[in-house]
Amino acid sequence: MLIQSKRLDTGVITDRRALLRGVGTVGLSAAAIAVLGGCESMAASKSAREADVEILNVALGLEHEAINAYQLGAESGLLQDPVLKTAVMFQGHHKAHRDALVATIQKLGGKPAAEKSMNDYATALNAGSLKNQGDVLHLAARLERGAANAYLGVIPSFGDKGLAQVAGRLAADEAMHWTVLASALGETLPSKALSFGA
Amino acid sequence: MDAQPFHVRSIMHRSFGLMLVALSFACVPGAFAANAVRGEEIYNSRCIACHSPDANRVGPKHRGVVGRKAGSLADFNSSKAVRTAGVVWDEETLDQWLADPQGFIPGQRMNFKVTDPTDRADLIAYLKTLQ
Ligand code: HEC
Repeated sequence: MLIQSKRLDTGVITDRRALLRGVGTVGLSAAAIAVLGGCESMAASKSAREADVEILNVALGLEHEAINAYQLGAESGLLQDPVLKTAVMFQGHHKAHRDALVATIQKLGGKPAAEKSMNDYATALNAGSLKNQGDVLHLAARLERGAANAYLGVIPSFGDKGLAQVAGRLAADEAMHWTVLASALGETLPSKALSFGA
Repeated sequence: MDAQPFHVRSIMHRSFGLMLVALSFACVPGAFAANAVRGEEIYNSRCIACHSPDANRVGPKHRGVVGRKAGSLADFNSSKAVRTAGVVWDEETLDQWLADPQGFIPGQRMNFKVTDPTDRADLIAYLKTLQ
C-alpha cells in the first residue's frame, strides 16, 4: 500500500519507492560546508552580530531536535527499509546542518546552544504515542514542514544577507524532506502555490 | 489505488469546511469572527517547529499563555528582554508580538513574524482555547 508507482499526466514520476530509494552517495561533507556564512556579520556591530547569533542558535535547537526525532524513529523498530535508510539519510542532513550552524555561531563569537537529553526530546515529541511506521512518518513530516516554515520566517530578521541565504538553503532541504515524507504517506501535494512560509 | 479518492475526499472536506465557516458567520455577530480552527492549522504548520501546547521546545509551551505574564514560565529559559518586558499576553499584546516580535520587545529570541492580520487573529483565537 505504502509503496506504489504512478506517473502523473505531467510526466513527473511519483514512484514512492524511487523517492525513498534515492539515498544519494554524493554530498558535501560536513567539513566542506562547515562555515556557511556570516561575513557581513563579522563586519557588523557587536549587537547586530549577537542578534544574528540568537537566530542561528534557535535554528540549532531545531536541528538538535530533528536529529533526535530521527534517532527515536530509527531506534523504535517501527521503520522498515527503504523508509529506514531514507530516515537515516535525512538525519545525516540535519547533522550537517547542525555542524554548519555550530561552526558559524563560533565564528561569530557565540556559544552554540547545547543539545538536550534524548529523554527530553522523547517527552517533548510524545514519542510514546508512536505505534507504527505511519506515526513516525507523520511526526517527521510535521517537524520538517514546521522547520521549513520556521527558516523561511526568520529570513527577514537576519542582519547578514549571507546568513539569510543560508536559512533559505536550510529551508529548501527541509521542504525536500517534507515532500518525500508526504509522498511516502500517500498525501496529495499542495494544490496551491506558495504553500510554504505563510 | 489511484489518486482519485484522495482528491475527492479533500474536496469534500473543503466544501464541508466552507459550509461550517458560512454557518459560523451566520451565527456569530460580527461577520469576521476569528477562526480558532484555522488558527490551529496555522499553528501546526508555522509554530510547531518551535512550540507545542504542552511541551517546552525551542520556544515555550503555550497552554495558558493568554493571561500569563511574558517570559514567566518557571521551566523555560526566556530571554531577559521578554522576562523584563512587563507584558501580559492578551489579544492586543499577542497581536503586536506576532506582527513584529523585535519591534514589540527588542532583544527577544523568537524573530518570527506573522504578517497577515487575519492569520494573527485566528492564531490568537486558537491560543485562547489552550486553557
Ligand atoms: C523559530 C522558532 C519559533 C517559531 C517558528 C515561533 N516561535 Fe514563538 N517563540 C520562540 C522563542 C525562542 C520564544 C522565546 C522568546 C524569548 O524568550 O525571547 C518564543 C516565544 C513566544 C511567545 C511568548 C511566550 C511566553 O510565555 O512569554 C509566544 C506567545 C509565541 N512565541 C507565539 C508563537 C506563535 C503563535 C508562533 C507561530 C505563528 C510562533 N511563536 C513561532 C521561537 C519561535
